[in-house]
Amino acid sequence: MASSRARALGRRAAQPFRDAPDGSPDEPGGSRSADLPGDLDPIDPGAFGYDEARHLLWRAGFGGTPAQIQVLAGWGVERSVDHLINYDRVPFEDASADAFDRGIMRPPTEDERRQYNEARRRRDEDTLARLRERRQQAQRDDRRQIRQMQRWWLTRMIETPRPLEEKLTLFWHGHFATSYRTIEDSYHMYQQNRFLRDNAAGNFGDLLFGIIRDPAMLAYLDNQDSNKRRPNENLAREIMELFALGEGNYSERDIKEGARALTGYSFEDDSFVFREDNHDTGTKSILGSRDAHNGDTFVSTILRQRACSGFIAAKLYDYFCRSIPMDEAQMDRPTRGAVRDLAETLLRSRYDLRPALARLFASAHFYRASARREQIKSPAVLTVGAVRSLGTPVRDLGVLLDAMDMMGQGLLFPPSVKGWDGGRSWINTSTLFVRQNTLAFLLTGRLPAGVSGGGERLAYDPLPLLEPLRESDRGGPRSADVVSDYLLRLTLGESTPRARAVLTGFASGLDLNHPDVITGMLMLATAMPEYQLC
Amino acid sequence: MEWLDNNPGEANSWTRREFLGGSLAMASAAMTVPHFLNASALGVQPRNAALTSQPGVPEDRVLVVIQLSGGNDGLNTVVPFGQDAYYRVRPSIALRKDQAIELDRRNADGLGLHPALDGIKSLYDEGLASIVQGVGYPNPNRSHFKSMDIWHTADTSGTGDGWLGRYVDSQCCGYGKGESGRAEGGASASNDVQPPVAIGREAPLALRGRKTKPIAFETPDLFRWTGEQVHDKLVDPYHQIMSAQSEASASAGPGAGDSTAAFLTRTAMNAQVSSDLIREAIARRPLVSYPSTALGQQLAMVGAMIRGGLPTRVYYASHGSFDTHARQGGANGSHARLLQQFGDATRAFYNDMKAQGNDSRVMTVCFSEFGRRVGQNASGGTDHGTAAPMFLLGPMVRPGVFGNHPSLTDLEEGDLKFGTDFRSVYSDVLGNWLKADADEVLGGRFRATNLVRG
Repeated sequence: MASSRARALGRRAAQPFRDAPDGSPDEPGGSRSADLPGDLDPIDPGAFGYDEARHLLWRAGFGGTPAQIQVLAGWGVERSVDHLINYDRVPFEDASADAFDRGIMRPPTEDERRQYNEARRRRDEDTLARLRERRQQAQRDDRRQIRQMQRWWLTRMIETPRPLEEKLTLFWHGHFATSYRTIEDSYHMYQQNRFLRDNAAGNFGDLLFGIIRDPAMLAYLDNQDSNKRRPNENLAREIMELFALGEGNYSERDIKEGARALTGYSFEDDSFVFREDNHDTGTKSILGSRDAHNGDTFVSTILRQRACSGFIAAKLYDYFCRSIPMDEAQMDRPTRGAVRDLAETLLRSRYDLRPALARLFASAHFYRASARREQIKSPAVLTVGAVRSLGTPVRDLGVLLDAMDMMGQGLLFPPSVKGWDGGRSWINTSTLFVRQNTLAFLLTGRLPAGVSGGGERLAYDPLPLLEPLRESDRGGPRSADVVSDYLLRLTLGESTPRARAVLTGFASGLDLNHPDVITGMLMLATAMPEYQLC
Repeated sequence: MEWLDNNPGEANSWTRREFLGGSLAMASAAMTVPHFLNASALGVQPRNAALTSQPGVPEDRVLVVIQLSGGNDGLNTVVPFGQDAYYRVRPSIALRKDQAIELDRRNADGLGLHPALDGIKSLYDEGLASIVQGVGYPNPNRSHFKSMDIWHTADTSGTGDGWLGRYVDSQCCGYGKGESGRAEGGASASNDVQPPVAIGREAPLALRGRKTKPIAFETPDLFRWTGEQVHDKLVDPYHQIMSAQSEASASAGPGAGDSTAAFLTRTAMNAQVSSDLIREAIARRPLVSYPSTALGQQLAMVGAMIRGGLPTRVYYASHGSFDTHARQGGANGSHARLLQQFGDATRAFYNDMKAQGNDSRVMTVCFSEFGRRVGQNASGGTDHGTAAPMFLLGPMVRPGVFGNHPSLTDLEEGDLKFGTDFRSVYSDVLGNWLKADADEVLGGRFRATNLVRG
C-alpha cells in the first residue's frame, strides 16, 4: 500500500499542476490513479482482509464496528458482498404507507371548492380569512410532519441491518432530487422515498419509468399541468440531462419533443393520473426514434441509448468508489476502463443494479489505495457512521439533523434538482467545525454554547470498542501505543506515527482503563482532518 | 497599515507552506498574526503583487448585506402620508402624518419614515442613506421561499447560485471560464479567496457560488471545537492536529497539495487560523455600544471582524421575521419593534465604522424579499405583496430618496407595481462599489441605478 502510494506521488511530482485529461488538478483521482487497473476484474480472495472489509462497509454502508468488520473479513469478499447486496434476505421492518398522515395536504373536496368560490364571489372576507387560516394551519402541520420524516429516515439509517438499502436510497434521493421546499407536501416526499427504497437495488429502468409517475417529481418539475398547447420542458430536460443521459447526449429538439411526450402526466391527490385531454398524441422525433411517443416510450428510448448505461455507471462509480468527472473525455484511462466495465455489466443485466454493484464491490480496482480513504463523507455518512462504528448514543435526532443541515445536507431538502455536489464541496472552515463538533456531541453530549437541545446526558462507554484488543492482549498493562494504534485504525483506517504521537501525547500519564481517557483519544482522532475521509 | 500589503517577495506556495508548517503554532501571537491576514499567507499564491487583494479596488471595500426576512411592509416603512389612498385601505395600521418622520430633500414630498426608524433618519440626515422606492421585479412571486430565492440568485426562476457567491467566484477563478491554472492545484475556492461570512446558522443562498462556499456561524463559539471546553488536556493535541501537515503533503512534492487529504489539512489550518482571528477580534470591546438585540449583536460581530482586519469582503446578517400577517400594529406593535431594532443596530454599526475610520470602506445594503399588500387584512396585518423600498447606507451612496413611490391606485391584483428592478441595484453595487463585471455576475444586462459614487 505504502509503495503504490509513493509510486503515484512520484509520478505526479514529475508533472506538477498538469491539467486534464491526464489528471485535472481539480479531480483528486486525476493523476494519482497509477495503481488502478482499467477494469473491474475480481480481487484475489486472499487479498481481502480486515482493511478491505472496513473499506467495503464504509462504502456499501455507513461503516462498522471492529466486530462487524471482523465478521466480514472472516466471510471473505464473495459472501460479504452477497450479504450486503442481497439485503432483502435480511429481515427489517418495511416503510409502511400508513406511517404518516396523507391527509394534511390533501386537495380540497368538491364542497370546499364550492365554499371558497362562493366566498370569493360574495367577497365574504370572514369566510375567506377562515379558509386561509385553515390552509396555513395545514401548512404548519405539514412542516411538522416533514421534520418527523427526517427523523424517521435518520433513525432508519442508524438502525438498519441493511445499510446498503439506505445508502442507495440516499443516492437515488440525490439523483432524482426533489425538495420539500418546493413542493410543500410531506406525504408525497414520503411516497417518493418509499418508491426509491423499494427499487434502490432493483432495476434502473423501473426507477425511470416510475419517476415520471411520481407525484412529488411531477410537482417539483412542474409537469402536472403540462399540456399540448403549452408543454413544460422541465421534466424532459432533467430526465435527459441529470437523470439518464448527461449533457451532450441529446439535443434541444429532443427535449422539446420529450416534453410533448410527457404532456398529460399528472397526479391527483397521491396518485398518478394520465390527463388524456392534455396529452399531445402527435408524432415526435426523440433521439432518432419517430413515433407517437408517450412518457413510457420516451423512457424506453432513453434506456436504449448507449450513453445511458455509461452515465448511470459513472454516477454509481462516483458515489461508491471515487469522485470522477461525468464526461468520459475527461476521465483518466483506468477510470474510463472501470466505468465502461460497469456500464457493460449494467447493459448485460438489462439495468438490474445488483450485478453491477456486486462487480464493483468485488473488484480489485475498488480496493486499491487510490480508491481508499479518498472520499469525503457526506454529512449523513459522517453522522450515521459515527453512531454505527463507534456505538455512541443517538442523543437527539433534532440536533443531528440540524447539524447535517449546517453541514449542507438537509434530508428531503436537496438544494436543487442536481442534488448534492458532494466531494470537496462539503468542506469549508465552518462545516469542518460543525463536523468535529457533531462527533464531540455524540461522544460526550456536549453542545456549543447557545445551541439548545441535547437529549439526556447519557454517558458513552467506549470500552466495548476495545474488546477485540483485549482478546489479543497477553495480559499485563496495555500500552498507549497499542491502544492509539488500534483506535486510529478504527477511526482513520490507518495509524501513522504523527497521529499516534498526538494520541499517546494526550494519554501520557493517564489511566488507559478509564472510559474518559479513551473517549478523549476518540475525540482527538475524530477531530483529525483525515477522519472526514472514508 | 503595512500589514495589509501582500508580500511581493513571496515566491511559490510550496516555500510558504514549509514556512507555515513550523510557525503556525504561534499564529495567535500578535507578531505573526499579520502574516495570515492576506490570502497569500494561507498557502495560496497572490494573483499579483498589488497593494490590495483586489486590483483596481482601492482600500479593500466591504459589502454588508442586511436581509429583512419575511417580507417587510414597505408602505409603513417609507410612509406616503401625502396620499389619501394610503389611509383609505389601512384604517387601523396606517401611520399618521404627525407620527411619521418627515423626509426632506428633493423627491421626498409627502414621504416620511416610520417613527421607529429614527436611527435611519439620523443616517439620512448625515447624507449616509440612499432610499430606493418601489424595488421589485416583473411577475412577482409572493411565496416565501421562491421570492427569497429570486432575490438571492438575481434570477426570476429562483434557480442557480447566489449573486454574491457568483461575485466571489468571479474574483477567484474566472467565473464561467473554467478553472484557470491556479498554482495551488485549483481546488475549492474556499481556500483561495476569502469566502463571505454570514452570521447565522446557515449561509444564505445569496452567498453560495459554484466554487465559493461561505462561512456561517451564529456566535464565535460555534466557530470552534467544543472539545476544547470538554477538557484542558485536549487543547494542545487539538492544535497540533489542526496545524499538522498531512502525511501526503509532508512527504511529496508541490503537486501533492492536490490530494484530498492535503485539501482537508489545508482547510483545517485555515479553520484554526480563522477561528482564532475571529474570536480574538470579537472578544475586543467595541468602540461604540451596540444594542443587545439579535441584529445588534450580529452587526457588532461584523464590526469587530472589520476592525480586526479580516480580509472578508462580504458579510451577511438577517433580521426578522417581518411576516406580519396579523396584528402588525402601526406606530407601535410588532412591525414597529422590528424597525426600531433595525434602525438602532444600523446606526450603531455606522457609529462603529466611523470610530474605526472604516466608514468609507463599508457599504450596507438592506432588502426584503417582497413587500406587503396595500390594503390591510382582516387580522390587523398585511399579506405578502410585491415592491418595497431598499436602503443603501454609507458615505459612498448618493443621499436621498430615489425612484417614484409606487402608485397606490394603479395596482396589479391589489399589489404595488415595481419601478426599479432589484437587479439594477445589484448591478450598481457590483459594478460601482465592488468593481466587478456586473453583467457577467448577474448573467444579464441590467441598467445600473446611479446610487453608488464609484
